[in-house]
Amino acid sequence: MKLDAKIPEGPLQEKWSRYKATCRLVSPNNKKKLDIIVVGTGLAGSSAAASLAEMGYRVKTFCFQDSPRRAHSVAAQGGVNASKNYQNDGDSAFRMFYDTLKGGDFRAREANVYRLAECSANLIDQAVAQGVPFAREYGGYLANRSFGGVQVSRTFYARGQTGQQLLLGAYSALSRQVAEGNVQLFARHEMLDLVVIDGKARGIIARNLDTGEIERHAAHTVVLATGGYGKIYYLSTLAMGCNGSAIWRAHKKGAGFAAASWTQIHPTCLPQSGAYQSKLTLMSESLRNDGRIWVPKKAGDDRPPGEIPEEERDYYLERRYPAFGNLAPRDIASRAAKERIDAGFGVGPQRNAVYLDFAHAIEEYGIDTIRERYGNLFRMYEKITGHNAYKRPMMISPAAHFSMGGLWVDYELMTTIPGLFAIGECNFSDHGANRLGANSLLQACVDGYFILPYTIGSYLAGELGTGKISPEAPEFDAAEQAVRDQLARLLSIQGSRTATDYHKELGALLYDKCGVLRTREGLQQAIDDIRALRADFWQNLKVPGSAAQVNSELEKAGRVADYLELAEVMCYDALTREESCGAHFREEYQTAEGEAQRRDGEFQFVSVWGYTGPEEEPELHREGLVFQTIQPSVRSYK
Amino acid sequence: MRIQLKIWRQENARAQGRMVDYELADINPEMSFLEMLDVLNEQLIQRGDMPVEFDHDCREGICGQCGLFINGRAHGPQAATTTCQLHMRHFRDGDTIYVEPFRSRAFPVIKDLRIDRSAFDRIIQAGGYISTRTGDAPEANALPIGHKVAEAAFDAAACIGCGACVATCKNASAALFTGAKVSHLAMLPQGRPEAAERARKMVQQMEDEGFGHCTNTGACEVECPQEISIRHIARMNFEYNRAGVLRK
Repeated sequence: MKLDAKIPEGPLQEKWSRYKATCRLVSPNNKKKLDIIVVGTGLAGSSAAASLAEMGYRVKTFCFQDSPRRAHSVAAQGGVNASKNYQNDGDSAFRMFYDTLKGGDFRAREANVYRLAECSANLIDQAVAQGVPFAREYGGYLANRSFGGVQVSRTFYARGQTGQQLLLGAYSALSRQVAEGNVQLFARHEMLDLVVIDGKARGIIARNLDTGEIERHAAHTVVLATGGYGKIYYLSTLAMGCNGSAIWRAHKKGAGFAAASWTQIHPTCLPQSGAYQSKLTLMSESLRNDGRIWVPKKAGDDRPPGEIPEEERDYYLERRYPAFGNLAPRDIASRAAKERIDAGFGVGPQRNAVYLDFAHAIEEYGIDTIRERYGNLFRMYEKITGHNAYKRPMMISPAAHFSMGGLWVDYELMTTIPGLFAIGECNFSDHGANRLGANSLLQACVDGYFILPYTIGSYLAGELGTGKISPEAPEFDAAEQAVRDQLARLLSIQGSRTATDYHKELGALLYDKCGVLRTREGLQQAIDDIRALRADFWQNLKVPGSAAQVNSELEKAGRVADYLELAEVMCYDALTREESCGAHFREEYQTAEGEAQRRDGEFQFVSVWGYTGPEEEPELHREGLVFQTIQPSVRSYK
Repeated sequence: MRIQLKIWRQENARAQGRMVDYELADINPEMSFLEMLDVLNEQLIQRGDMPVEFDHDCREGICGQCGLFINGRAHGPQAATTTCQLHMRHFRDGDTIYVEPFRSRAFPVIKDLRIDRSAFDRIIQAGGYISTRTGDAPEANALPIGHKVAEAAFDAAACIGCGACVATCKNASAALFTGAKVSHLAMLPQGRPEAAERARKMVQQMEDEGFGHCTNTGACEVECPQEISIRHIARMNFEYNRAGVLRK
């Protein structure tokens, strides 16, 4: 596997401008002869499909939901970062670049991260033009707040529904292109395989989830924008349908998979209350602007929170990280919470939570201000838990959230399969080993609106002589047959355990051994356990019905089958990285104060995994990270 | 808790549907309504039956994909709550619960409780956007928008497209859904140039899809999980009439 990042020459600040000024272009007349498939309609997919269609390409777009507007970007709450420096607090593209690189524990490419920061300001302009109703000051100008891991206010927000509003903006742009006939929309369709012809991505096999029909779609290039795979842990903040199948199946066709184990565990989610639980709802990080996190100083203290006096509370983030306090980055806040909970200081009926307390903020700013800032989040909290957070502190707990890992892409966002691009959360590019809050909406949008439209043109300029891609090619026959065979196999087992049952077991195993804390022994054990579970799955799975009908159990089974393979690569990824960085915390590698111990000498690279065959160990490749502008330092928030 | 369920089962769009009885014991009051259906489905699969198909995804009240008619009310008994955020603690031990799909001619049943709401997408495609393109946006702060206007536009933009307004309306009108988008964009300076024509095109599409007319009963705003006000329908009507005047 050749890993050429294709980073343009020149100073950091000029790389993207130089690329744009010199990349190959496709003329307007030729664009309409080129077909593009975009899989996924979240912020990355919708913004890409709309932008590419506006430029004149012929676009087909796919989502498993019943409408593009429902993709899980919709659930992002707190905000989107941009270095506008409207607050006059010293922000700049360079500062944002540095914060993001440091936030990711110096495990991302300088050039990509700088480009993300550089394009951030444009995104706010774009969204406002689409009618996104961001929060505004009384003078009519845009408002900002702070997110974790930074000391400026660069987060733009629309109450606690920023993802929804940005997605509806992208969806409206997409809808306009559908109406104009430039985009064909396939909702309730799931991509089940990638078709590769002569080494290039040329189409997909998809299943119509309303009819069960298997369809072939051919194109000159395929863009995956299928989001993260945090749902592999079963209990997560993701939607029930979020899955890793599109990228996993592309991986099996040759796309390198990078940093598979770098998964963000979000510190502020609602704790689990029982075995029936299907998801853990996120409470926005923005709450940490005004909320203070604490546990009782005495383990097992059963008093109601209001009766525990100030001096008997441990505001552990403020104690351990005085410079950033409650706005310490997510990986650090999650580890600190887990440390307190594991040490017996957890609160709530299952002792698996910590308090997030607004009493001080309500006293300082008044209840009306707090209601305006977070009203919908407090309401959501009450709906789910039955408790009023204006009167007593919220109880929160860490939960699986975002995948920093994903398909390896070069500077042009192309995977190791020529013609296959990966954008948004499904790629590994900008966040390193830990993503900062409000950077995921940003990356999805910047990839889709501003980067891919240039880089895909550079690839397609070489495809003008190719002509129409035929879905009758033998490669399509083979891919379709493989999909049909797998569906038949899943249905034929007729054992005794449901797909959900396997998913729950895998999730619990993975969270325990490859979650917030990892050890060599634990990961080795996990690999054995996953293999055994996967073998049992193929012996004992039970899927009712047939493939020729609506069958959500069959959909789930296919996704769990892929998770059972991906989980093993995650464990290899974590096992072979003998250092701690960002969200990857190996207990063997920590400082005397219990902080992550990076080992730059040995591990200043991104692990990229190659598929070697069924039941074979994956093959490790390395992309070395070169820092020319800044020097990696100890990542401290103290 | 012990729960009796009467659930709408329908094999496909053309089949005749019917209510089928199920019984569940040991339901935890902290479960969500959809988790209760998950428990039912796991039992049905083990028994060799087909599980009940229902729409859902985010399970945190924002994607708009879930939507069940529960005991005769869209999204069930709690105000401002989607089906996925309804919890069993709002029911009593021994209750009988009726579960049906959102019903409307424009929302055909696909299977059981799963319906086709693509008519909503086509209403948005008819004009629910500002005609801007990637790259042509001016500096965001060049055009101030008052705090109250931005907040009011947000109130309308908060629509999740679930269809509860249609399901609860005796006319199966999509006026609240359409009005919310017309109003959101009409309130913002960026959306003004197309406001009247947008309203005309979206209302036309709403009629073409087979949704009924609005007779201002206000049932939609009572059931809307985002508490969107029927004032937005008034604003849609205003823009629609303005379109009529402007065309003459």
